[in-house]
Amino acid sequence: MDPKAEGAGSLACCKRASSLTRFSPTFSSQTRMPYIPNTPADQEAMLAAIGVTSIEELFASVPRELRLQGDLNLPPALSELELTAHVAELSGSNVSAAQSVCFLGGGAYDHFIPAVVDFVAARSEFYTAYTPYQPEASQGTLQAIFEYQTLIAQLTGMDVSNASLYDGGSATAEAVLMARSVTDRPGRVVVLQSLHPEYRQIIAAYLANLDAELAVVPTPDGTVQPEALAAAVDDRTACVVVQHPNFFGCLEDVRACARVAHEAGAMFIVVVDPISLGLLVRPADYGADIVVAEGQSLGNPMYFGGPYLGILACREQFVRRMPGRLVGQTVDRRGNRCWVLTFQTREQHIRREKATSNICTNQGLLALRAAVYLAAMGPQGMRSVAELCVQKANYAIQRLTASGVLRRGFDRPVFKEFVVRAVDGEVEKRLESALGAGFLAGVPLGRWYPELADCFLVAVTEKRTKQQIDRLAEVLTTA
Amino acid sequence: MRNQQATQLLFELSRPGRRAVQLPPCDVPTRPIEEWIPAEALAASPPPLPELTEPDIVRHFVNLSTLNMSVDTHFYPLGSCTMKYNPKRNERLASQSGFADVHPYQPETTLQGLLAILHSVQEMLAEIAGLEAVSLQPAAGAQGEMTALLVAAAYFRDRGEHRRTVLIPDAAHGTNPASAAMAGWSTIQVRSTAQGLVDLEDLSRKLSSETAVFMMTNPNTLGLFDGQIAEIARRVHAYGGLVYLDGANMNAILGIARPGDFGADMMHFNPHKTFSGPHGGGGPGAGPIAVTAALAPYLPVPIVVRTDRGGYRLDYDRPKSIGRVRSFFGNTGVLVRTYCYLRTLGPDGARRVAENAVLNANYLLSRLKTFLDIPHGDRCMHEFVASASALKASQGITAMDIAKRLLDFGFHAPTVYFPLIVKEALMIEPTETESKATLDAMAEALERICREPADLLHQAPHSTAISRPDEVRAARTPILKFS
Amino acid sequence: MKPEDLLFTKTHEWVHLTTNPTGETIATVGISAFALEALTDLVFIELPPVGRRVEAGGAFGEIESVKAVSDLYSPVNGEVVEVNTAVADRLDRIAEDPYGANWLVKIKVAGDVDRSTLLSYDEYQKQCAEESH
Repeated sequence: MDPKAEGAGSLACCKRASSLTRFSPTFSSQTRMPYIPNTPADQEAMLAAIGVTSIEELFASVPRELRLQGDLNLPPALSELELTAHVAELSGSNVSAAQSVCFLGGGAYDHFIPAVVDFVAARSEFYTAYTPYQPEASQGTLQAIFEYQTLIAQLTGMDVSNASLYDGGSATAEAVLMARSVTDRPGRVVVLQSLHPEYRQIIAAYLANLDAELAVVPTPDGTVQPEALAAAVDDRTACVVVQHPNFFGCLEDVRACARVAHEAGAMFIVVVDPISLGLLVRPADYGADIVVAEGQSLGNPMYFGGPYLGILACREQFVRRMPGRLVGQTVDRRGNRCWVLTFQTREQHIRREKATSNICTNQGLLALRAAVYLAAMGPQGMRSVAELCVQKANYAIQRLTASGVLRRGFDRPVFKEFVVRAVDGEVEKRLESALGAGFLAGVPLGRWYPELADCFLVAVTEKRTKQQIDRLAEVLTTA
Repeated sequence: MRNQQATQLLFELSRPGRRAVQLPPCDVPTRPIEEWIPAEALAASPPPLPELTEPDIVRHFVNLSTLNMSVDTHFYPLGSCTMKYNPKRNERLASQSGFADVHPYQPETTLQGLLAILHSVQEMLAEIAGLEAVSLQPAAGAQGEMTALLVAAAYFRDRGEHRRTVLIPDAAHGTNPASAAMAGWSTIQVRSTAQGLVDLEDLSRKLSSETAVFMMTNPNTLGLFDGQIAEIARRVHAYGGLVYLDGANMNAILGIARPGDFGADMMHFNPHKTFSGPHGGGGPGAGPIAVTAALAPYLPVPIVVRTDRGGYRLDYDRPKSIGRVRSFFGNTGVLVRTYCYLRTLGPDGARRVAENAVLNANYLLSRLKTFLDIPHGDRCMHEFVASASALKASQGITAMDIAKRLLDFGFHAPTVYFPLIVKEALMIEPTETESKATLDAMAEALERICREPADLLHQAPHSTAISRPDEVRAARTPILKFS
Repeated sequence: MKPEDLLFTKTHEWVHLTTNPTGETIATVGISAFALEALTDLVFIELPPVGRRVEAGGAFGEIESVKAVSDLYSPVNGEVVEVNTAVADRLDRIAEDPYGANWLVKIKVAGDVDRSTLLSYDEYQKQCAEESH
């Protein structure tokens, strides 16, 4: 047999061994078991102390006929050296944003991550701890989450942030469930077509079995007409969900949307790009009741979509309907200031089927990264990043549309991304040729919006240079 | 030795004018921002964030970190959380740019290495589950549960069956009923027997043609394998219901028994537990689910599939799919670590994980039972539940007192007051990555604690930076941010 | 009020029935001293708005301690006509006067009160004694 076929380079599962000895012969050596400290002598002593003669005896409660016959059909074990070579090869066969120039957006962005973020997050004491059940052994994590909650409140202007949820999409769905509960209007939810299509899909999946209607208001010009929104909102509507800047990168008329929602007694949920808040009015100041966001941009790598960070913040009066963990400040028995998990009666481990959500913990590490990122950027840093995004995106619009081969999809103010229409409809061809030149140039929109099959979405972060933008315009328009 | 100045809040350390990040000047021709963004959309001033330099931030967070216990620094026998060692090779490999700097909407041609890994994880998890199909999308175990219950709803709807209820044992984790409620099911609790197993008679009484799913954790939250599982599955299936296996405790049976072989129709994995993903102070985890062939069409999109030409692609064209439960593919970073871990173990290593996890738990049980009640017997799987009821009755010493005092001895506390069916519960899960010497040291510390005066224990811990925070005050007069 | 004059639910609410000048039956409802002793460290109470319709045996509110939450069940069918909102600000002292100042809601009873579901003080004491074991 060619050793390579079954070894390092192979992804295929090997055939299951036919042997019936499913348990290790007791006291066998632990070959290739770098994480199990028990030596054969330890095992022998432990079995004797337990009062059994084999490991198999410990599994007596698993009926024999239900046990696996033979070994699992998994690929063979690799040493660290073999694994490193194998995984490095697989990693190397991807095209990363480090090797190409990334203009992709649509909810995940190639923003700069200061080294201090990686450094702090790599601390074992943060990295290998679990959710802070014992406050005396978790003050580091608890204080960091409290700081995260404060930073998110400062960024959004909202009263309260939770300790984070999974990602922007599921956070939006959680906000919708929260609004149904707060308003006691479970039956109807209104979203805009310019809300991230995957977020809409998530809301639909969460509501599928809950007897609720999901209305989608069209945004044919890239943003919603307040009159169209008003027509869709009624006195049974729990909430209106608006993304700002929206999926197409355009700014919505959020004040008008808030008015429409509130006049009908519905909650106003806004999905924001946290980077945009370096420059744009904070959601609390235009009437948001719940703010949600994808926190990836705040110091978290793109990592093919996850793990990410679901931000959720709200007005104070809704805090008891909030999903997710919350950290609060208190004092200990000696009077020292300290932090604990609080309002736990909202949560699944106490309220079970009546909990505000089934979520158990938070995205601790990603929230920590966001906290370090925001602390490192500060007010001026956040403003600079936001300004660079606006200037570079608008420069890119100008350059890409200069020759007339490409046009703007929507003529609306944008923050850092925008829709480009290929006049000849050749989206795939243009993006492919850009890829050949080293550019991840855009996200085709036809998959979600058939009417925009000739369009793609381009995002420009602070990392993109004039030279890269100029060259992108060249490769996209000369194809 | 504690640096209390550096662990003030970031907002107290802030000084106007400091900054840690300097961005390059804008290299494109600029115009005043107001020409690009309408004035009414612009904030008058930047968000009121703290102002700090890089050394401020580093000293602050490094000092904060030292206030935590963690797997790398301490034995962390937190029951039901499987706090095993997190291999460093996984970290180095998973942080490579070819994974970390990949955008979720890149063309599939630029993702072949990553898709190969994800496809292999799907296959390996299906094999470990003994089930047909896998979705890697759910972001955590809880979301995996909800996703599977949405899959079940779509399945029954497709078959024109109107079912309403999910049955859950009283020993179950609170997530099970919470997930069921989120997915739109009403829940019915099934009693446990005095031995801590599912009460078959109670189950039969509550099963009906309305039953959609029976959710079960096996081994259960007491650390016991319920050997009735085949009979349970037979009874649930007889009513047309589905069996959901909460995979929280897979570390006990990895390579020993497969849920699909003992009657489960669907299950979730917790890769951050069973497959050694670092817990990150609460997350990220992941919650992949595995289901039977009959349920496979309803799984979320996308799924990684092989192409005719030996490559991989993302399959979105699944008309019966429930859609999706989170954006993009899933918690890929966690799944790459799962791949590295399973490739390090191989089939033999996977089984040894379970063998040694169970050996360690039984050994620790055998040491503890000489001085603590273990209400559910002399044997366990990967974890067991001790009870401090006797100490509470005789001296007023609670499970919480013992847990807090353990911190003074340099051990993280077990899970306390869970499962709910054991009074003064101490749920202990040592995992396979701890040595006999560590288990002995913990047993000795516990034995000593059980003989200590009650007053000393009520005030414990004594050596930590803080002790016994006032949780009532935190809830009555909430302070949820610095102001 | 003396507890001996009250009726109790199996779920630890007490009820005092009176007839107002217009002949309507008003049920004043609170939590028993026994339950309050078990629910230490109360942190939050959620009471219904005036006008809310309630059903006998149905939840009309919730009371929370740090690590537990309990539903409050109505002993009667009817409509909430008065709510003792002041209780929320003295949760730490509610046990000092559970049958007087710390009543929770007054309900205008609809129809007849089903007394078979309610316990006398003696019967309730007996139930509590059993639960304590």
